[in-house]
Formats: sequence, structure tokens, C-alpha cells
Amino acid sequence: MAEIRNYTFNFGPQHPAAHGVLRLVLEVDGETIVRADPHIGLLHRATEKLAESKPYNHSIGYMDRLDYVSMMCNEHGYVLAIEKLLGLTPPPRAQYIRVMFDEITRVLNHLLWLGAHALDIGAMTVFLYCFREREELMDCYEAVSGARMHATYYRPGGVYRDLPEKMPQYKTSKWHSEKEVARLNANRQGSLLDFIWDFTERFPMRVDEYETLLTDNRIWKQRTVGIGAVTAERAMQLGFTGPMLRGSGVEWDLRKKQPYAVYDQLDFEIPIGVHGDCYDRYLVRVEEMRQSNKIIRQCVEWLRKNPGPVMADNKKVVPPTRMAMKEDMEALIHHFKLFTEGYCVPAGEAYTTIEHPKGEYGVYLVSDGANKPYRLKIRAASYPHLAAIGEMVKGHMIADLVAVISSIDIVFGEIDR
Amino acid sequence: MFNDLLLILWIIIKIIVIVVPLLLGVAYLTFFERKVIGLMQSRIGPNRVGPWGLLQPIADVLKLLTKEIIIPSASNRYLFVIAPMLTITPALAAWAVIPFSQGMALANINAGVLYLFALGSLSVYGVLVAGWASNSKYAFLGAMRAAAQTISYEIAMGFSFVGILLAAGSMNLQDIVLKQQGGFWHWYWLPLLPLFVTYWISGVAETNRLPFDVAEGESEIVAGFHVEYSGITFALFFLAEYINMIMVSTIAALLFLGGWLSPFEGIPLLGPLFAWVPGIIWLFLKIGGFLFLYIWLRATFPRYRYDQIMRLGWKVLIPVTLVWVVVVSLGVEFKIAPWFI
Repeated sequence: MAEIRNYTFNFGPQHPAAHGVLRLVLEVDGETIVRADPHIGLLHRATEKLAESKPYNHSIGYMDRLDYVSMMCNEHGYVLAIEKLLGLTPPPRAQYIRVMFDEITRVLNHLLWLGAHALDIGAMTVFLYCFREREELMDCYEAVSGARMHATYYRPGGVYRDLPEKMPQYKTSKWHSEKEVARLNANRQGSLLDFIWDFTERFPMRVDEYETLLTDNRIWKQRTVGIGAVTAERAMQLGFTGPMLRGSGVEWDLRKKQPYAVYDQLDFEIPIGVHGDCYDRYLVRVEEMRQSNKIIRQCVEWLRKNPGPVMADNKKVVPPTRMAMKEDMEALIHHFKLFTEGYCVPAGEAYTTIEHPKGEYGVYLVSDGANKPYRLKIRAASYPHLAAIGEMVKGHMIADLVAVISSIDIVFGEIDR
Repeated sequence: MFNDLLLILWIIIKIIVIVVPLLLGVAYLTFFERKVIGLMQSRIGPNRVGPWGLLQPIADVLKLLTKEIIIPSASNRYLFVIAPMLTITPALAAWAVIPFSQGMALANINAGVLYLFALGSLSVYGVLVAGWASNSKYAFLGAMRAAAQTISYEIAMGFSFVGILLAAGSMNLQDIVLKQQGGFWHWYWLPLLPLFVTYWISGVAETNRLPFDVAEGESEIVAGFHVEYSGITFALFFLAEYINMIMVSTIAALLFLGGWLSPFEGIPLLGPLFAWVPGIIWLFLKIGGFLFLYIWLRATFPRYRYDQIMRLGWKVLIPVTLVWVVVVSLGVEFKIAPWFI
């Protein structure tokens, strides 16, 4: 009898379900996966090295581009590290704004994840529903920073500027009649906070809509229950964090366990799963969206009541206002110094973590006292998750591999850095 | 001699009268699908080419016609080119026996159902050959999946045809439709409901549409068996898929929903009111309903996994049909009115 050999083939980097540029070398026996070997590095951009050659503030924009679906959370991790070295505490209003935008980002990330996950399993409509909601959150990003994705909004010491008092409006054009524009602008009449509040009113209903399509769907359950299961113990050994760990039943969330910013003053819950399979991770993330919605509402309420500065009062780190520069010589000098050579950070090292939508996002910063980092190391949340993929898909079928890849929520900007 | 030629010419004219509207129908089915799915997904759908985007299918056809046909150097050239033809030919040939209205068929043969079934099974060869000839691992996986799936679902489909044959006592499509005369409640969908549902599910699976599109499952094996095809060769596969969709819907309408018969037949007021509507309109409406169902399924459901499809086919659908064939036999034996007289 002829010797039977397993089939080896490339999954990616040009594959619709590879979520970027993942290359997996698959060994399959029929349709059953015997071995899956992830190859990474195709999106390596040397972010960490680049950060060593420029002043601290210049790298904030790079952080957006790491995990390009949860932009402001990346910034938060980075500015926290700088603040820790500088011994700087942002004013409470800035912290609330940060938390609010962290949660908006979490919703953005989970929406994209849900859409992509459903699309990979074949449910196309959820993808477009999710993007409909993402659009409004992107508008929040745009209103506050001018950019829809790569915001560069957080600064050491606070945030770049206070929340805008009015939202940008649609204008009539060849394609949009007056009536249509009026409809589009209906919820944009007030401030950004009103706009966000309006969104949070509707959002839980929208999540119900996605759940109607998926949660009790027999096909969806057949495709996700018991797929890529990881036990709680094994998940901890593999270094899982975030929804991946919580899906396995470990109640670990940095927002609760090591509260940063103002999370200790907010009321929210940590959803956990039981079996650690794709279905539980799906449920955990959907519930996280609802909890984020709750946090956003609390922040909006607080921010409405408490106006105040959004930047720390430290002239050596925080640039002066435009008005001050016109009258004050000192301010002009500070402005010049800050925008040419930046600020110097005392020698030392700091490691800060935040609860990123994908897990623990950590920034390890070493300073030698100069105006740029000596070394910057980023702990990408989904890197350990991807490393465990071989274990998670072994014995499953090719279709399950796709479900597992999307359920671990990887973004290559972050993994390859 | 001259008479023979005239006859051939007459047949050719009939073929053209069927095929040209069919191809146009396919073109506008894609448009309809995109529009309907667009609306279901709260977007607009194609609206740039022509008024309301109506010329979009024409633009798509032109694009596909002018694209280069790439034949991979490692492929088997002859089989690679023949495969799309193998797929489209049975898909078109099956239309020969479809009666569009009383007496309106290219060929009114007595083994109509058998002929349809035979040609339906043939189309899988095109898929198999395409997957093998491409010499690509993804295409090969797709072809394997398609072959296994089509063969399993053919059995369930075959048994639902058996139920129809038992009920109607004929394999002639015209006869089967005429046996259902008497209005909505006389059609075979009611006594044969499990077979009707089974037939519809198998039909969706046979045409490789969501939620059974594992053979080309975009997110798993990219495009499955036609991953290496481009230009017109791809278009032929695409065309065959849509022709088969219309085919499956037509057969469903003929066998289970009384073909060209009016649903209001025998109802006191509505019956005469709609008596003027030609049968072909009713048939088209029924076909349209099934096609809409196809699209609706695509917009709603996630995709089954390959082994789950097999399980559904073998462990659920085939037993159901087997049981119901027995029930139908009993019904025919005891002449249960109004269906089995």
C-alpha cells in the first residue's frame, strides 16, 4: 500500500480570514488539522526602535498604529508610562475623558471583532450592522481629535483639548438633500457629550439585534460551542489575558484588579465564561460591550457636571495655550523648547499596564534622563494568544481554525509591532 | 428533408426563447440579490451604473468578458478549460423539460423528473474536474467538499422526488402539475410538507449557497473549486450557479406549489377575479418567492461546517424522507382526499 502523507499548505498571508498578514503553515489530515504553525513578522514596522530616536510625545501617534482598531487604549498605556516616570497626575476631568474614550474604543474594537468573527463563520449581515454603529463612534473620535482612527489625543498630563461644545454637521450636496441632511444632523445638535449620550441610549438595543441573529442560532452554536476550548489553568499558563482569559472562567480584569485612571470610582461588572470555547468568548465580549456602555454613561454624567482643566499644570511638560504665548515671554520659550526638543524624563524605568480590549497591554519604558526613551518595550495583548493557536486548533477542522483565529481577536499591527 | 430542417429551426427558436430570457434573468437575479441583501443590511446596493444601478449586471458581464483567462502553468489545460463547460451544459440542458404553462415546454417527455434529476447530478462533475485540474490545494479541498456534499444531498432530494412520483403516479412534469389542480390547499406542499422542506434544504445545498456554501466558503478555502478561474471561465461557473438556483426554485414551484396553477382556484370570489392572469405569471411569482428565500437565507445564516452538513443530510433529512415516503404510500393506497384520488 502506498504511504499516506498529510497535506501541508499555506493559510495566508493572502487569505480572507487571516486578519491581516497571518501566515499559518497547516498540516492537515483530510480536513482535520494536525499541526498549525503561525509565522509572524510580515507587518513589522520597528515601532519600538523608532521610539528610541524621537522625543516622547512624537511616539504617541505610533501607538495608534499598533493595534489599529483600539487606538486610544494604546495611547493610554504609553502616556501612563511617561506620567509614571515624570510623577505627573492628570486632572480628574482628563482622567474621565480618557476612561470614556477607552470604553468607546473597547466598543469600537469589540464591534469590529464581532463583525469579523461573524463574517468568518459566514454570517455576513452582522458585519454591516456592526459597522453602522462603529460609524457613530468614529464620529466621536473625529469630533474630539479631527481623525477618525489615529487620534493622537492623549498627552502626558491629560488630553490634547477639552471635549467640543458642538458636533460637526453634514452639509447639503448633490447627493444629500436638505431633508436627508436634517435627518443625519438630528442627533448632532448638542455637544459631543449629548451625541454620545444619545448613542448609549440606543446601543443596548443594537446589541440585542446582533444577539438575535447569533446567540441562539443553531448553526452559530454548532460552529462555536466546544471549539478552541482552553481550560482556566491552561489559559493562565499560556499567558492569556483579557476576554480570552475571562472566557475560560478566570475573573481577571485590570480595571478591577489594578485600577488605573478613575475605574475604581465607576460601577461595572466583569463578565466571565465557563468553558473557554469560542462561544463563551463571544458571550463575554458581547457582555463587555454592554458594560462599556454603562461606563460611558457614567462618564458622560460626571463630565457634564464637572467642568475643569484637562491638562496638568506643569509648564515643563505641558505646552502653553495659544493665548498665553501671545502675551507671555515665558510661555513662548516653553512652547519653543517643548516643540523642538521635547521634555526630559528622569532616569529610571516604569512598567504600566491597562486593560486593552484584547487583554493586558503593557508599556515598559526605560529612560536615561534624555528627551527620548532609552528603550521602549510593548507587551502586545494578543501575541500570547496567537502563540497558543497550534494548541487550540489541533484536532479541529479547517473551518474551525477560521473560527478560532477570529475568536482570539488578533491585529497584526500589534503582534508584529 | 425541408420539413426536417424547418423542425430543427423551430426547435432552435424555442431554445433561444428559453435561454435568452434565462440568461437575462440570471443577470438581473444578481442585481436583485445585491439590492435585497443591501436593504437587509441597511445599505443601498449598486446604484451607480445606469438609472438606479439597473445597468450594473451588464457592466459586470462586460468586465468578465474582457478579463484575461489565466490558466495556471501547473494545471491540466484541457480539463481546466472543459470543466466550466461541463458545469454550464447540464444547467442549461435541464430547462428543456420545464413546462412554463400548460403545453409550454420544449420537450414534454414522460420521464421529466428523472431527466431533471440526472442532469442535476451531472453538474457535480464540472466542479470535481475544475478542482482537480486547477492543481491547487484550496481548489482540491473545495472539489472534495462539493462532491461529498452533492452526493449526500442528492439522496435526500431523490427520496423527496419519490414521494412526488408516488403521489402523482407520473414522471411527466405536466401531469404532476395538473394533478394538483383545485387551489392552494390541493397542492402537494401540504401532504408532502416534510418532503417539500427536505427538497428545499437539499436544493440549497445542491447549489452551494449559504448556509451550505462550504465548497466555496470564502473565509475558509477562499473560493473553493473555482479559486484559479478568471474572466469568462469564472463567469460560466457563476452563471451555472445562478441558473441552478432558478432551476431548483422552478422545480420546487412545479412539484410542490402547483406550477402555473392559480392559488385562488375554486375560491368563490377570488377565483374568478384572478382567472384572467396567465399561468406563466403565477409560475414566475412562485419562482421569485423561492429566489427571495435563497437571498434571505444568505443574509441571515452563518455557514455550516463540512461535517455538520453531512450529519444533517444523512442523519436528519434522509430518515425524514424515508418515513414520509411510507406515509405517502399509505395515503395513496387509501386514497386520502383531496390529494390522492
